[in-house]
Amino acid sequence: MSGEGTGLGDWTVDALGVAGQVQPVVTAPDAVLSRAGEEVDPTAPETVQLAADLVATMRVSPGCVGLAAPQIGVGARVFAVDVTGHPKALTVHGTFVLCNASLVEATRWKAGREGCMSVPDLTGDVKRAGRVVVEGVLPGTGEPVRLTTDGFEARALQHEIDHCAGLLFLDRVAGAHAVYQRKVYL
Amino acid sequence: MNELAITVIGRDRPGIVADVAEVLAGLGANLTDSTMTRLRGHFAMTLVCSGPAAPQVEAALEPLTADGQLLATVRIVRGDGAALSGGEPYVMSVHGADRLGIVAAVTRVLAEAGGNITDLTTRLSGSLYVLVAEVELAPEVVERVTARLAEVGRGLDVEVTLRRSESDVL
Repeated sequence: MSGEGTGLGDWTVDALGVAGQVQPVVTAPDAVLSRAGEEVDPTAPETVQLAADLVATMRVSPGCVGLAAPQIGVGARVFAVDVTGHPKALTVHGTFVLCNASLVEATRWKAGREGCMSVPDLTGDVKRAGRVVVEGVLPGTGEPVRLTTDGFEARALQHEIDHCAGLLFLDRVAGAHAVYQRKVYL
Repeated sequence: MNELAITVIGRDRPGIVADVAEVLAGLGANLTDSTMTRLRGHFAMTLVCSGPAAPQVEAALEPLTADGQLLATVRIVRGDGAALSGGEPYVMSVHGADRLGIVAAVTRVLAEAGGNITDLTTRLSGSLYVLVAEVELAPEVVERVTARLAEVGRGLDVEVTLRRSESDVL
């Protein structure tokens, strides 16, 4: 299913043409997570490799629906998202990577609980837009993308765009009692 | 009618709230505002109730604290603590590597601007320290406070954000 606008076309991870390497995930308080990422050249070989690495690392991480470059220690505006099969997802665009993405429209604000691989022991209530329009470019081709989505995919996109701006969900939690210790499963 | 401030803290176990609430109910103490939460394996109750005299409550709580696992205090407080400040509601988030003095430094910035903290929690999660505070601030000082918090945050190597609290009325 695809939203309106200039969607992802027939872009797939395979189009990157390189094998992704699983990278270690950085956790807070690592400084790279709090720095705004640099804009990237989407066609540069290191961007293509970064895109592939993000997808590879996302895929081996259980429950991971998105991963941004700062989370693997790279201060760049690149992230991968895949909410396929998530129970809260409505519109789903499958696996994709965006470079230099920004939020251009945000409506239908709604609070929801979110976690983050870089803040592994905490979750928080964060108000996010339930419908967004995001613009960015695809790694490899540099093709511009204008993606319209909603529900959980919209939340994931906002979370990842925040990472690329050096923000964590902790910077947006709703109040003093909106941060929760994740249950510890032994 | 007495207004009492009661604190109970001790090693967490099932039944602390039920035990304390039962004692208070038995004395006809009306439990009004309270927070009860687990802090690093200790269970902490802070509550205000109205009704009986403090010594009565102290005596009634004594069996609960006899084994040394719970600590209880009871104090008379004065009147209805009417809200002090005007100001608008803001939320401050602070996170970074744990170190001494983070809470002191950032809350001093708020205090110097006349900010009144209405709620605050902190969590230490591994080496990550997280503070979230709700604070009432005069809108005209927010820009100055934000700049000062950024400065203090840089000095402590922590990230600080201050933003308007969302308060939708449905």
